Amino acid sequence: MLQLIFFNVTNGLIIGAFYALMAIGLSLILNLSGVINFAHGGFLVIGGYLAYALTPRLGFWGALIVAPFLTALIGFAVERLLIRRLYGRDPLYSLLLTFGLAFIIEDGTRQIWGANGLPFSVPAALTSPLSYQFFFITGYRMFMVAVVAVVVAVLFVLLRYTRIGVRIRAGTLDLETVAALGVNVRALRSLNFAVGIFLAGLAGVLAAGQIGLEPTMGDGLLMPSFIAIIVGGVGSLTGTLLGGLLIGVASGLTAVIFPSASEAVIYVMMAIVLLVRPRGLLGEEGMLS
Amino acid sequence: MTAGKHRHLAVLAAIWAALIFAPYWMPLFGGYTALGSRVLVLGLGAMALNFLLGFTGVLSFGHAAWFGLGAYACGLTLKFIAPSTPLGLLAGTLIGGVAGALLGALLVRRRGVYFAMVTIAFGQVFYYIAFQWSSVTGGDDGLRGFARQPLDFRAFQIDLLHSDLAFYYFVLVCFAGVVAVMAFILRSPFGRTMIAIRENERRARFLGIPVELHIWIAFTLSCFFMAFAGGLYALLNNFADPRVLHYSLSGDFVIMAVMGGMRMFWGPLLGAVVFVVLQDYLSSVTVNWMSFIGVLIVFIVLFFPRGILGLVRARRTA
Repeated sequence: MLQLIFFNVTNGLIIGAFYALMAIGLSLILNLSGVINFAHGGFLVIGGYLAYALTPRLGFWGALIVAPFLTALIGFAVERLLIRRLYGRDPLYSLLLTFGLAFIIEDGTRQIWGANGLPFSVPAALTSPLSYQFFFITGYRMFMVAVVAVVVAVLFVLLRYTRIGVRIRAGTLDLETVAALGVNVRALRSLNFAVGIFLAGLAGVLAAGQIGLEPTMGDGLLMPSFIAIIVGGVGSLTGTLLGGLLIGVASGLTAVIFPSASEAVIYVMMAIVLLVRPRGLLGEEGMLS
Repeated sequence: MTAGKHRHLAVLAAIWAALIFAPYWMPLFGGYTALGSRVLVLGLGAMALNFLLGFTGVLSFGHAAWFGLGAYACGLTLKFIAPSTPLGLLAGTLIGGVAGALLGALLVRRRGVYFAMVTIAFGQVFYYIAFQWSSVTGGDDGLRGFARQPLDFRAFQIDLLHSDLAFYYFVLVCFAGVVAVMAFILRSPFGRTMIAIRENERRARFLGIPVELHIWIAFTLSCFFMAFAGGLYALLNNFADPRVLHYSLSGDFVIMAVMGGMRMFWGPLLGAVVFVVLQDYLSSVTVNWMSFIGVLIVFIVLFFPRGILGLVRARRTA
């Protein structure tokens, strides 16, 4: 029993790290632009399929690095051409726009790569189990967690210590003042959007190695990311990280006791958080509401 | 009577005439009666959403939850409890509405983007429940094994199942009833207060209006209307599957409201006509209908954010 719990907690942490990677990208965009990016799952799919297309030329490692950058470039273009026009309007419109984009991305992927799932192979060095007792901790899953840890750490360091990072954080709190101080807020938002999409693209490559490719693979990952943000607290990236890990562990633990509720439990967690602490674990009152 | 009032009455008469005679003029444009019923039911859903979205200014992006709950509750009642169409509708409306009221109490302090996110996420709970609890709901395959029952008036019966035409008029009567209730509420002092909150929440608060209570009541009413429409949808298809609970249907309702014009009472119905007919047509001619719908959404958001009726009104006042 103890081993089973250990198994599921570890498993939950691995999944939670993945949720967090997606949720932090969403959270970045939400905090600075006030846009709920419904197409985040779509960008994840783009990242995965780009990696698939690039692997024959660049190999897995090349694709792992290049595909997220290309996805970010697409995200940058989308922000410049479409989303930028909606800043300052009712959030309804950006929500709808990204909702429509998600349709286009899903259909486009299906058109180019087909509706059926595609396998995405990762180097053999990563797939071998690390331990036969704990067979579930495959090298690849550890690798995923390591990548997430490194990327999130780098992101947090950049946000804390670089000039642009400080501006992004300041803009989250009070964009008007930041603009009044002479910061080019338009460029800042574009860059920030691209960083968020970069994380989605990276999540796509990592997910492809674990579950394979499918045009709808982003769907199931979008809701947990939303919930990670709500549980962690809107406005706080650390909260989002914590929220992602927490819901991962919660659904892992529930899988031991009542497997069919492992998906529903994260919603129960969200309800509890909203009841007990409406602003979320680390959120600030009044953010975006 | 003023000219404006005359025009208003003329427009109303035209709308109802078009709806009443729809089964007779639709075939001329390639429509069919069941499609008309579908437009009415989804249009009622879009109007129910817009009751909240357009008139209170609260962005719920999870209204498919109440629609779907209404559909499942109606179907389950017909299947397991009693073969009665009115009872099924009543059960659907009550269950969807009460669930909405409970959840609404949890949400009313949230606003804007935050409210939208929480409603999207909560909406999905019911999707997962319907998906997982297959012994009751039929899971991914959907809920089958029920059918709309004849209406029994003692003296005579109306067969809704085998006549699309009878069912269309049944839906139209239901639609008219709910729409009348909505219009009545919106004209009442309560409805005026909803609009005041939409226009300036802070000012409304300073006037001593209990804003949270009003938003909660508006949300709850909207959920009841939505659940009723959902019940009709289950009757329309004699079937309910988890997709009626999915957030993409919530998005469809928002699109219908925006496309028609969310500040107008009849806007969402017009949006539903365009959206449902277009979807029906596109999915029959191309496999890429999703892209077309997606492009249409982007196009509307960027260029016609006030919807078709908003455009008409702007042209008229210009």
